[in-house]
Amino acid sequence: MSEEKQASGGEFEREPVPKNALLGFKSFIGMYAGEHCAGTELMIGPLFVAAGVSAFDVVVGLILGNLLAVLSWMFLTAPIATRARLTLYYQLEKICGRKLVTVYNLANGVMFCFLAGAMITVSATALGVWFKFPMPGFADTYPNSVGWVLAVLSVGTLISIVAAYGYNMVAKFANIAAPWMVLVFLAFGIVALRNFIDATGSTISSPGDLWELASTVIWRGAEPLPGKVKFTFWHVTFFAWFCNMAMHIGMSDLSVFRFARKSWYGVATASGMYVGHFMAWLSASMLFAFQLHAAGLIDNGAIRAASEAGTLPAPLPGPLANEACGLAGLLCVIIAGWTTANPTIYRAGLAFQAIVPKTSRFVVTLATGAVATLAGMFPALAMRLLDFVALYGMLLMPMGAVIFVDYWLLKRLGLHSSYAELSGKSFNWAAGLTWFLTLGACFCLVKFAGIEIFFVSLPGWFVAAILYIVLCKFYQNARVATAE
Amino acid sequence: MRRLLQLISWIALLGTVAPSVLYLAGSMQLPQVKLVMLVSTIAWFVATPFWMGRTPETPSPEDSPATS
Repeated sequence: MSEEKQASGGEFEREPVPKNALLGFKSFIGMYAGEHCAGTELMIGPLFVAAGVSAFDVVVGLILGNLLAVLSWMFLTAPIATRARLTLYYQLEKICGRKLVTVYNLANGVMFCFLAGAMITVSATALGVWFKFPMPGFADTYPNSVGWVLAVLSVGTLISIVAAYGYNMVAKFANIAAPWMVLVFLAFGIVALRNFIDATGSTISSPGDLWELASTVIWRGAEPLPGKVKFTFWHVTFFAWFCNMAMHIGMSDLSVFRFARKSWYGVATASGMYVGHFMAWLSASMLFAFQLHAAGLIDNGAIRAASEAGTLPAPLPGPLANEACGLAGLLCVIIAGWTTANPTIYRAGLAFQAIVPKTSRFVVTLATGAVATLAGMFPALAMRLLDFVALYGMLLMPMGAVIFVDYWLLKRLGLHSSYAELSGKSFNWAAGLTWFLTLGACFCLVKFAGIEIFFVSLPGWFVAAILYIVLCKFYQNARVATAE
Repeated sequence: MRRLLQLISWIALLGTVAPSVLYLAGSMQLPQVKLVMLVSTIAWFVATPFWMGRTPETPSPEDSPATS
């Protein structure tokens, strides 16, 4: 299954996937392993260290959080995907109407743009190693040097042009790069471990010794770096679970699993979760942890002093990878950022093109890449990637709840599913209000109830599900009464 | 030829991760790790595109030994 089919809904965009087009289990394993070992893993791992995680919290939290993500794919997404066999967009259109789906596409496209921007930022940090221009610091929000702007512009322009002209070529290249990239990520962690052993003079002769090193030196569980939220076990767990919320609970991967023969193929997502969101995150985090250790920033006092002096190192993937694995590591940073930015820009372009269907896909893809490049110039996007990813999931979560309720519950409650298709309406107000009111509720929970953005999507989902049922009762009864 | 290219690719993959393991074991220095990883990276990207994602050629009837 190519990225293009997956991204565009390619074949069978407006019909169920027929039996003869279904795919076996192995197709999904490779796809998820490659997709989730990406450039952004090189930012997220270090940001865990910046958030002051402890060894137990990060290791066990990632095991549990990734398990919850896999189970979400298996029990929420795949069962609907293998029964309805429709793309997310077509499923949403039947429920919500074309106009509401247009709004969804706009929101999704904007978020894809910013995500691609973060990936361009990751790749651009590799250029900093070669061209030695000042790279952004930890607290930088705006571009800090002409060299940085030029680097992001160059990388972003190249990625955008290639995405517009040669999507398929890059997709094929990504498939070739995936096995190599996974091993380079593994090498990052192994090299960092040796560096820690040498720096501390530790002797590792048992798992207990390794755990002692991990919990007292690598992931000390100290104060977070200035300006960062302290990450506890639950922060790590919920982040790992909701990191890809748009895809599982948000139902975006209906477009992927509609090709699966069985719904249990959802377990294939474990390849992505435990390779990319466990191994790669831990490896990348060890690189930054060692950078802090090597700079003598091994206690809260030293870190505070460095922050006040403006000398706190930033988690820049390029220099970290170069320090650990040299040119091969730098190439991994560039390729990881590029091969993931490519389909992300492409998907964002598709989402926007649905809004302006008469514009050529080539032009829309270029314009999307331009927006992503501009976003990538602002280091705040990468430095606050954890918050952005949580926001992305929260934004699209309500529509996932709408799809879930529409598919499984509405008929049992005496209501109609796929109501927009049934009534011929282009904007299902019950779904639209569910989306907007749920986001409003989540905003209030974050702003006034002290629930952090990393957790709010859980109560948010239930708010969305209940709201949709209640609003459907009013909306569908009102429409029937009007018709009579 | 396909088999040879696959063998090169597999060796390249091994060469991508094995140096770091040897470094962990204290058997290799970091500069050598970086060099071997770079050579392996080049080998992987040179050899792999020629076989990954391509179906093996099936012999044509003319290539089979004649039976009579």
